[in-house]
Amino acid sequence: MKRHLLESADLDRADATLVLDTAAQIDQALAGREVKKLPTLRGRTVVNLFYEDSTRTRISFELAAKRLSADVINFSAKGSSVSKGESLKDTALTLEAMGSDAIVVRHGASGAPHRLANWVRGSVVNAGDGTHEHPTQALLDAYTIRRRLGRLAGVRVAIVGDVLHSRVARSNVWLLHTLGAEVTVVAPPTLLPVGVGTWPVEVSYDLDAVLPKADVVMMLRVQGERMNASYFPSAREYSRRYGLDGRRMAALGDEAIVMHPGPMNRGMEIAAEVADSVRSTIVEQVGNGVSVRMAVLYLLLGGRSE
Amino acid sequence: MTSYLIKGAKPLGGGPADVLITDGRIAAIGDSLSATGAEVIEAGGLIALPGLVDLHTHLREPGREDAETVETGSRAAALGGFTAVHAMANTDPVADTAGVVEQVWRLGGQAGLVDVVPVGAVTVGLAGERLAELGAMADSAARVRVFSDDGHCVSDPALMRRALEYVKAFDGVVAQHAEEPRLTAGAQMHEGDRSARLGLTGWPAAAEEAIIARDVLLAGHVGARLHVCHVSTAGSVELLRWAKSRGVQVTAEVTPHHLLLTDACAESYDPVFKVNPPLRTDEDVAALRRGLADGTIDAVATDHAPHAVEDKESEWAQARPGMLGLEQALAVVVETMVETGLLDWQGVADRMSMRPAAIGRLAGHGRPLAPGEPANLLLLDPAARVTVDPAALASRSRNSPYAGRELPGRVVATFLRGTPTVLDGKAVR
Amino acid sequence: MARSTEPARSPSSGSNPGVLLSAADVARVVDRMAHQLIERYARGGGVGDDGAIDPGSADGGLSDLVLVGIPTRGAPLARRLAARIEAFTGTHVDVGTADITLYRDDLRRRGVRALEPTILPDAGIDDRLVVLVDDVLFSGRSVRAALDALRDLGRPRSVQLAVLVDRGHRELPIRADFVGKNVPTSRSQQVRVHLTETDGADEVLVTDGRPEVRAAGEESQ
Repeated sequence: MKRHLLESADLDRADATLVLDTAAQIDQALAGREVKKLPTLRGRTVVNLFYEDSTRTRISFELAAKRLSADVINFSAKGSSVSKGESLKDTALTLEAMGSDAIVVRHGASGAPHRLANWVRGSVVNAGDGTHEHPTQALLDAYTIRRRLGRLAGVRVAIVGDVLHSRVARSNVWLLHTLGAEVTVVAPPTLLPVGVGTWPVEVSYDLDAVLPKADVVMMLRVQGERMNASYFPSAREYSRRYGLDGRRMAALGDEAIVMHPGPMNRGMEIAAEVADSVRSTIVEQVGNGVSVRMAVLYLLLGGRSE
Repeated sequence: MTSYLIKGAKPLGGGPADVLITDGRIAAIGDSLSATGAEVIEAGGLIALPGLVDLHTHLREPGREDAETVETGSRAAALGGFTAVHAMANTDPVADTAGVVEQVWRLGGQAGLVDVVPVGAVTVGLAGERLAELGAMADSAARVRVFSDDGHCVSDPALMRRALEYVKAFDGVVAQHAEEPRLTAGAQMHEGDRSARLGLTGWPAAAEEAIIARDVLLAGHVGARLHVCHVSTAGSVELLRWAKSRGVQVTAEVTPHHLLLTDACAESYDPVFKVNPPLRTDEDVAALRRGLADGTIDAVATDHAPHAVEDKESEWAQARPGMLGLEQALAVVVETMVETGLLDWQGVADRMSMRPAAIGRLAGHGRPLAPGEPANLLLLDPAARVTVDPAALASRSRNSPYAGRELPGRVVATFLRGTPTVLDGKAVR
Repeated sequence: MARSTEPARSPSSGSNPGVLLSAADVARVVDRMAHQLIERYARGGGVGDDGAIDPGSADGGLSDLVLVGIPTRGAPLARRLAARIEAFTGTHVDVGTADITLYRDDLRRRGVRALEPTILPDAGIDDRLVVLVDDVLFSGRSVRAALDALRDLGRPRSVQLAVLVDRGHRELPIRADFVGKNVPTSRSQQVRVHLTETDGADEVLVTDGRPEVRAAGEESQ
């Protein structure tokens, strides 16, 4: 494993598999136990440095670190020195001087974790940067798929929605490709990046054509505001063409599952009856997130200190 | 005034000759010259070129003297072999009045290292709404002939048309920063394969090309001169070629960084590589080199854009666009154009001195190396290879995209009207 | 009290200086340890000189016994011991594994490694007689980590320790209750246990000095 987890490309197939296997062993070791805490990272300090509000991701990382007995500091940009104009670099150096061993960073600017990694000696974990990547989300998605379907190689995954602005989509495309899955991205052409043709994916504008062949349908959050920038004419038209409703769900194969990274826009990209169906892994994904993040923290921090 | 006898230099890369400089002019060029009382400069193996002229420099003064001043920028220019630089108008206050352009012009004269030629803003405050007093700037002591809102595009087509027409009265030229702003909202880098992967908002080539296409049509229609700043795409080169073939009075510049670097640099997310227009693809770089070689692109211009550390040591999106260029411009041209066989030394002199001086209507610059001409010239050691160390630069800023890169050629001496501004590779003051 | 039935033998006294135990030796030692466990845990029973079990005693305490192997090689050892006990007595013995990686206090020095399963019998370990099983007892740090892991997994009535090889050099007040073989070693020597399940063959090797290259997944103790 590299020292940092900045993007899915930091993980080769062996590393990615090691993370998933480690998460599985942690899950198994903790299953049914009253004491869900492990002493592994006793005395290590993990800083959650969040420049964007994301309660669910922050809590997931916090729980993961605490279950490994690390000390956790939550540093929210709001109401801190950052809101008084402190630069990312100064913040990073301050946190390091306070003895942080790892910084989990969520930032609105693509590449901010890469910058951070140049300035600190400890590990940097990308918890979502701009429209770039969110690698632990992809790992937990891969973990969820493997648990449900028993494999990743050859699994056909459709990623549907605002691929252009989605860090979840980018991380999943590269990680799932590394792990041997076959990915199709489905979106209106306005919500696909120029250059998507160089990605290791199939591209489709037609959700109905893709669904019958999909083992996994991963719905992305679509922000209604996008219609103000003419990415699509109206929320209703988007939902009609690219939303997953009960009728479309019926076109899926028997074993196919439906995923969503959350938070969902019910009625926009996903209908309530789909989100709450037995195919939906949405709640499971949240639980798996903790195990996967424990695995990541263990593998990054447990190693030799330099 | 001291006389100088340069021994054994190769003017424009030709056979060795001695050059005698007296009273600010080239007095003689020939074999085995001698002059009593002249200071002798041994220049065996060095190439003599006319002093370089930059059409596009940001000196930051007034307003951001922490990033650059007229003096520090002048020193950087002299070290790069320049004898004249055009100082862009996006200062604070904006150079949109005779008062501001005269202030910059006077500061340049005080520094005395290069001729600082102010560029006037096209529109008041660079706001793109109404014309600045172009005639007053033209008539001022600074004698402004190049007008540009650089940093911003004059995107209103009607306003652009009027600006093109109006400056004809004093033989001026509008230098357009070609960027359709509605297509580049929030843009961070070239839009293509790499931006898709990096999650950085794309700056499409079409946003530059659409403005160039529009402006060459307008310039042709009103019979005005148009200059296109920092051309960055293969499509732009094609449009310029087409316009020139139709007789449009259009000229264009390319920056050293667009001749050398590509959007692959953005993969580091290091904002030292963030620039506007953005670094493009390998294909664009190849087209720009060919365009410069065949004359479709007239000039190399640095777009030297100093930025304070805090404006670059940040997240990519928060960083200001721009990179240093004056001190490495010639070296980059040697690497990309001379060592590749695309330009000879005569061509380098043409694209970096003669043509930019002609575009800017500078009388004393861009002249041939010949007796009687003003002694604006530089001596280059083409065999030297220098590894760029930002800490060693004369600029007040450190945002060089060439840090750690080894580049060919070293400017050994620069003369401004017969007075050395650089000797032994060091600024005289 | 540690019980070893095999007299200590210098590693260099064998025909092959590196081999401490051959495959046949390993099998013999495992059998002996199984007998010792039966003797200790089979209530009211006894073991004859020939190793045969008193037929009337093959029950009782053995059903409360849980052999918990410490991965990697403690796990197959525990399974082998359980199989031998069942062969000798006809009584099934529960087996589990407890991965101790996440309990180690030397991660900074040793680096991370892949985790192995922690699997407990369905009946759990509460109020049962747990015997931790490992291949080599050295510093005692693995055992300490295993004891910490057990504390989080349940509350056994008692915990004892069985190891195939005790090579000395303890750094903690820990001793084994069942020892296959005591081996005096120098600190710089490496003792490696190979088992068919994990390494393709049964043998115990002793090598001198620092290992040049350690094979992936192989552990030196």
